[in-house]
Amino acid sequence: MADQKKKQLPPEAQQYQALQAKRETKRPVIKNCIKAFLIGGFICLIGQLITTFYIYFFNFTEQTAGNPTVATLIIVTMFLTGFGIYDHLGQFAGAGTAVPVTGFANAVISSAIEHRTEGFILGVGTNMLKLAGPVIVYGVFASFIIALLKTLFTKLIGT
Amino acid sequence: MIFFWAFVVGGLICVLGQIMFDVFKLTPAHTLTTLVIIGALLDGFGLYEPLIHFAGAGATVPITSFGNSLVHGAMAEAEKHGIIGVITGIFEVTSAGISAAIIFGVIGAIIFKPKG
Repeated sequence: MADQKKKQLPPEAQQYQALQAKRETKRPVIKNCIKAFLIGGFICLIGQLITTFYIYFFNFTEQTAGNPTVATLIIVTMFLTGFGIYDHLGQFAGAGTAVPVTGFANAVISSAIEHRTEGFILGVGTNMLKLAGPVIVYGVFASFIIALLKTLFTKLIGT
Repeated sequence: MIFFWAFVVGGLICVLGQIMFDVFKLTPAHTLTTLVIIGALLDGFGLYEPLIHFAGAGATVPITSFGNSLVHGAMAEAEKHGIIGVITGIFEVTSAGISAAIIFGVIGAIIFKPKG
Protein backbone atom coordinates (compact mmCIF):
# COMPACT_ATOMS: atom_id res chain seq x y z
CA MET A 1 0.00 0.00 0.00
CA ALA A 2 2.84 2.35 0.86
CA ASP A 3 4.41 1.66 -2.55
CA GLN A 4 1.22 2.63 -4.37
CA LYS A 5 1.14 5.89 -2.47
CA LYS A 6 4.75 6.57 -3.40
CA LYS A 7 4.09 6.15 -7.13
CA GLN A 8 1.45 8.84 -7.14
CA LEU A 9 3.87 11.43 -5.77
CA PRO A 10 5.62 13.81 -8.19
CA PRO A 11 9.23 12.81 -9.08
CA GLU A 12 10.73 15.57 -6.93
CA ALA A 13 8.96 14.22 -3.89
CA GLN A 14 10.13 10.69 -4.69
CA GLN A 15 13.71 11.92 -5.00
CA TYR A 16 13.37 13.73 -1.71
CA GLN A 17 12.05 10.62 0.01
CA ALA A 18 14.96 8.55 -1.34
CA LEU A 19 17.37 11.17 -0.04
CA GLN A 20 15.62 11.24 3.30
CA ALA A 21 15.82 7.47 3.62
CA LYS A 22 19.54 7.61 2.82
CA ARG A 23 20.26 10.43 5.25
CA GLU A 24 18.23 9.00 8.12
CA THR A 25 20.55 8.04 10.95
CA LYS A 26 20.64 4.28 11.36
CA ARG A 27 19.52 3.27 14.81
CA PRO A 28 22.07 1.14 16.67
CA VAL A 29 19.55 -1.66 17.23
CA ILE A 30 21.90 -4.20 18.82
CA LYS A 31 23.47 -1.67 21.19
CA ASN A 32 20.02 -0.37 22.18
CA CYS A 33 18.81 -3.92 22.80
CA ILE A 34 21.77 -4.68 25.07
CA LYS A 35 21.16 -1.49 27.06
CA ALA A 36 17.44 -2.28 27.30
CA PHE A 37 18.23 -5.82 28.44
CA LEU A 38 20.64 -4.70 31.17
CA ILE A 39 18.57 -1.83 32.59
CA GLY A 40 15.24 -3.67 32.20
CA GLY A 41 16.71 -6.76 33.80
CA PHE A 42 18.15 -4.67 36.60
CA ILE A 43 14.76 -3.10 37.36
CA CYS A 44 13.17 -6.58 37.48
CA LEU A 45 15.99 -7.74 39.74
CA ILE A 46 15.19 -4.91 42.18
CA GLY A 47 11.53 -5.95 41.85
CA GLN A 48 12.49 -9.50 42.76
CA LEU A 49 14.39 -8.25 45.84
CA ILE A 50 11.28 -6.31 46.95
CA THR A 51 9.06 -9.35 46.24
CA THR A 52 11.31 -11.61 48.32
CA PHE A 53 11.27 -9.03 51.10
CA TYR A 54 7.45 -9.03 51.15
CA ILE A 55 7.25 -12.83 51.04
CA TYR A 56 9.62 -13.29 54.00
CA PHE A 57 8.60 -10.42 56.26
CA PHE A 58 4.92 -9.82 55.51
CA ASN A 59 3.69 -13.34 54.70
CA PHE A 60 2.68 -12.64 51.12
CA THR A 61 2.64 -15.59 48.74
CA GLU A 62 4.38 -15.77 45.39
CA GLN A 63 1.07 -14.85 43.69
CA THR A 64 0.02 -11.97 45.95
CA ALA A 65 3.45 -10.34 46.36
CA GLY A 66 3.22 -8.82 42.86
CA ASN A 67 0.85 -6.05 43.95
CA PRO A 68 2.86 -4.55 46.85
CA THR A 69 6.01 -4.87 44.70
CA VAL A 70 4.44 -2.81 41.93
CA ALA A 71 3.20 -0.21 44.44
CA THR A 72 6.66 0.08 46.01
CA LEU A 73 8.32 0.49 42.62
CA ILE A 74 5.82 3.24 41.79
CA ILE A 75 6.70 5.16 44.99
CA VAL A 76 10.38 4.93 44.13
CA THR A 77 9.60 6.09 40.58
CA MET A 78 7.79 9.14 41.96
CA PHE A 79 10.99 10.35 43.61
CA LEU A 80 13.19 9.42 40.65
CA THR A 81 10.83 11.27 38.30
CA GLY A 82 10.49 14.27 40.61
CA PHE A 83 14.24 14.73 40.87
CA GLY A 84 14.62 14.28 37.10
CA ILE A 85 16.71 11.10 37.39
CA TYR A 86 14.29 8.84 35.53
CA ASP A 87 14.40 10.96 32.37
CA HIS A 88 18.19 10.66 32.17
CA LEU A 89 17.94 6.94 32.71
CA GLY A 90 15.24 6.72 30.03
CA GLN A 91 17.37 8.48 27.43
CA PHE A 92 20.09 5.92 28.02
CA ALA A 93 18.01 2.76 28.33
CA GLY A 94 15.05 3.26 25.96
CA ALA A 95 12.63 0.38 26.35
CA GLY A 96 14.57 -0.85 29.39
CA THR A 97 12.93 1.87 31.44
CA ALA A 98 9.70 2.16 29.42
CA VAL A 99 8.51 -1.45 29.54
CA PRO A 100 8.68 -2.18 33.30
CA VAL A 101 5.81 -0.84 35.39
CA THR A 102 8.12 2.01 36.47
CA GLY A 103 7.86 3.37 32.91
CA PHE A 104 4.07 3.39 33.16
CA ALA A 105 4.34 5.18 36.51
CA ASN A 106 6.87 7.64 35.10
CA ALA A 107 4.49 8.48 32.23
CA VAL A 108 1.67 9.21 34.70
CA ILE A 109 3.74 11.10 37.27
CA SER A 110 5.78 13.19 34.82
CA SER A 111 2.67 14.40 33.00
CA ALA A 112 1.06 15.17 36.38
CA ILE A 113 4.07 17.29 37.42
CA GLU A 114 4.42 18.91 33.99
CA HIS A 115 0.83 20.16 33.83
CA ARG A 116 0.64 21.32 37.40
CA THR A 117 0.94 24.98 36.36
CA GLU A 118 -2.41 24.67 34.54
CA GLY A 119 -4.14 23.92 37.83
CA PHE A 120 -4.95 20.73 39.67
CA ILE A 121 -8.26 19.92 37.98
CA LEU A 122 -7.70 21.03 34.38
CA GLY A 123 -3.94 20.54 34.36
CA VAL A 124 -3.06 17.55 36.53
CA GLY A 125 -6.44 15.84 36.36
CA THR A 126 -6.98 15.94 32.60
CA ASN A 127 -3.41 15.34 31.47
CA MET A 128 -2.21 12.76 33.96
CA LEU A 129 -3.43 9.73 32.03
CA LYS A 130 -2.71 11.16 28.58
CA LEU A 131 0.16 8.76 27.90
CA ALA A 132 -1.02 5.90 30.10
CA GLY A 133 -4.60 6.16 28.81
CA PRO A 134 -4.23 3.99 25.68
CA VAL A 135 -2.55 1.27 27.74
CA ILE A 136 -5.44 1.17 30.21
CA VAL A 137 -8.16 1.51 27.56
CA TYR A 138 -6.97 -1.22 25.20
CA GLY A 139 -5.68 -3.40 28.01
CA VAL A 140 -9.14 -3.42 29.55
CA PHE A 141 -10.91 -3.84 26.21
CA ALA A 142 -8.69 -6.71 25.04
CA SER A 143 -8.93 -8.40 28.45
CA PHE A 144 -12.72 -8.12 28.34
CA ILE A 145 -12.87 -9.85 24.94
CA ILE A 146 -10.38 -12.55 25.97
CA ALA A 147 -12.07 -13.26 29.32
CA LEU A 148 -15.50 -13.28 27.65
CA LEU A 149 -14.40 -15.76 24.97
CA LYS A 150 -12.69 -17.95 27.53
CA THR A 151 -15.75 -17.98 29.80
CA LEU A 152 -18.10 -18.81 26.93
CA PHE A 153 -15.72 -21.46 25.68
CA THR A 154 -15.38 -23.22 29.03
CA LYS A 155 -19.18 -23.09 29.47
CA LEU A 156 -19.78 -24.68 26.08
CA ILE A 157 -17.32 -27.46 26.81
CA GLY A 158 -18.63 -27.88 30.36
CA THR A 159 -22.20 -28.63 29.23
CA MET B 1 18.19 -18.73 41.08
CA ILE B 2 14.91 -16.83 40.87
CA PHE B 3 16.96 -13.60 40.88
CA PHE B 4 18.87 -14.72 37.80
CA TRP B 5 15.71 -15.65 35.88
CA ALA B 6 13.97 -12.44 36.98
CA PHE B 7 16.87 -10.50 35.44
CA VAL B 8 16.95 -12.52 32.22
CA VAL B 9 13.21 -12.77 31.55
CA GLY B 10 12.56 -9.13 32.51
CA GLY B 11 15.49 -8.04 30.34
CA LEU B 12 14.21 -10.07 27.38
CA ILE B 13 10.74 -8.53 27.59
CA CYS B 14 12.41 -5.10 27.50
CA VAL B 15 14.45 -6.17 24.45
CA LEU B 16 11.16 -7.12 22.77
CA GLY B 17 9.93 -3.58 23.48
CA GLN B 18 13.19 -2.09 22.18
CA ILE B 19 12.84 -4.08 18.92
CA MET B 20 9.31 -2.71 18.50
CA PHE B 21 10.74 0.83 19.00
CA ASP B 22 13.70 0.48 16.65
CA VAL B 23 12.83 -2.12 14.01
CA PHE B 24 9.06 -1.63 13.64
CA LYS B 25 9.31 2.12 14.48
CA LEU B 26 6.33 2.07 16.84
CA THR B 27 5.68 4.91 19.28
CA PRO B 28 6.03 4.13 23.01
CA ALA B 29 2.23 4.21 23.37
CA HIS B 30 1.78 1.64 20.58
CA THR B 31 4.54 -0.55 21.99
CA LEU B 32 3.18 -0.56 25.54
CA THR B 33 -0.37 -1.18 24.33
CA THR B 34 0.81 -4.12 22.21
CA LEU B 35 2.77 -5.59 25.15
CA VAL B 36 -0.27 -5.33 27.43
CA ILE B 37 -2.40 -7.13 24.86
CA ILE B 38 0.30 -9.82 24.47
CA GLY B 39 0.24 -10.30 28.26
CA ALA B 40 -3.55 -10.57 28.22
CA LEU B 41 -3.43 -13.14 25.40
CA LEU B 42 -0.78 -15.21 27.19
CA ASP B 43 -2.94 -15.36 30.29
CA GLY B 44 -5.94 -16.24 28.11
CA PHE B 45 -4.05 -19.36 27.08
CA GLY B 46 -2.92 -19.98 30.65
CA LEU B 47 0.76 -19.34 29.92
CA TYR B 48 1.48 -16.29 32.10
CA GLU B 49 1.06 -17.96 35.49
CA PRO B 50 3.81 -20.53 34.79
CA LEU B 51 6.04 -17.64 33.66
CA ILE B 52 5.50 -15.84 37.00
CA HIS B 53 6.27 -19.07 38.82
CA PHE B 54 9.47 -19.39 36.79
CA ALA B 55 10.72 -15.80 36.69
CA GLY B 56 9.03 -14.02 39.61
CA ALA B 57 9.39 -10.26 39.27
CA GLY B 58 10.84 -10.77 35.79
CA ALA B 59 7.24 -11.48 34.78
CA THR B 60 5.33 -9.28 37.26
CA VAL B 61 7.28 -6.03 36.82
CA PRO B 62 7.11 -5.55 33.00
CA ILE B 63 3.88 -3.98 31.71
CA THR B 64 2.80 -7.33 30.18
CA SER B 65 1.75 -8.37 33.70
CA PHE B 66 -0.87 -5.60 33.56
CA GLY B 67 -2.66 -7.49 30.76
CA ASN B 68 -2.22 -10.70 32.68
CA SER B 69 -3.79 -9.39 35.87
CA LEU B 70 -6.69 -7.78 33.98
CA VAL B 71 -7.64 -11.13 32.44
CA HIS B 72 -6.87 -12.92 35.69
CA GLY B 73 -9.23 -10.76 37.75
CA ALA B 74 -11.97 -11.08 35.12
CA MET B 75 -11.63 -14.87 34.99
CA ALA B 76 -11.57 -15.29 38.77
CA GLU B 77 -14.79 -13.30 39.11
CA ALA B 78 -16.33 -15.03 36.08
CA GLU B 79 -15.87 -18.40 37.76
CA LYS B 80 -17.83 -17.17 40.77
CA HIS B 81 -20.59 -15.10 39.13
CA GLY B 82 -20.67 -16.17 35.47
CA ILE B 83 -20.59 -13.78 32.51
CA ILE B 84 -21.33 -10.67 34.64
CA GLY B 85 -18.09 -11.35 36.53
CA VAL B 86 -16.07 -10.60 33.41
CA ILE B 87 -17.00 -6.93 33.76
CA THR B 88 -17.00 -6.64 37.54
CA GLY B 89 -13.73 -8.51 37.99
CA ILE B 90 -11.47 -6.80 35.44
CA PHE B 91 -9.86 -4.34 37.89
CA GLU B 92 -9.89 -6.77 40.83
CA VAL B 93 -6.19 -7.70 40.68
CA THR B 94 -4.83 -4.68 38.80
CA SER B 95 -6.12 -2.02 41.16
CA ALA B 96 -2.79 -1.68 43.03
CA GLY B 97 -0.84 -0.55 39.96
CA ILE B 98 -3.37 1.94 38.65
CA SER B 99 -4.37 3.39 42.01
CA ALA B 100 -0.74 3.70 43.12
CA ALA B 101 0.17 5.46 39.86
CA ILE B 102 -2.72 7.92 40.24
CA ILE B 103 -2.21 8.54 43.97
CA PHE B 104 1.52 9.12 43.69
CA GLY B 105 1.01 11.12 40.52
CA VAL B 106 -1.08 13.62 42.46
CA ILE B 107 1.32 13.58 45.43
CA GLY B 108 4.23 14.08 43.02
CA ALA B 109 2.46 17.04 41.43
CA ILE B 110 2.00 18.54 44.91
CA ILE B 111 5.60 18.03 46.05
CA PHE B 112 7.64 18.63 42.89
CA LYS B 113 7.77 21.64 40.59
CA PRO B 114 8.11 21.21 36.82
CA LYS B 115 11.63 21.80 35.52
CA GLY B 116 12.89 23.95 32.67
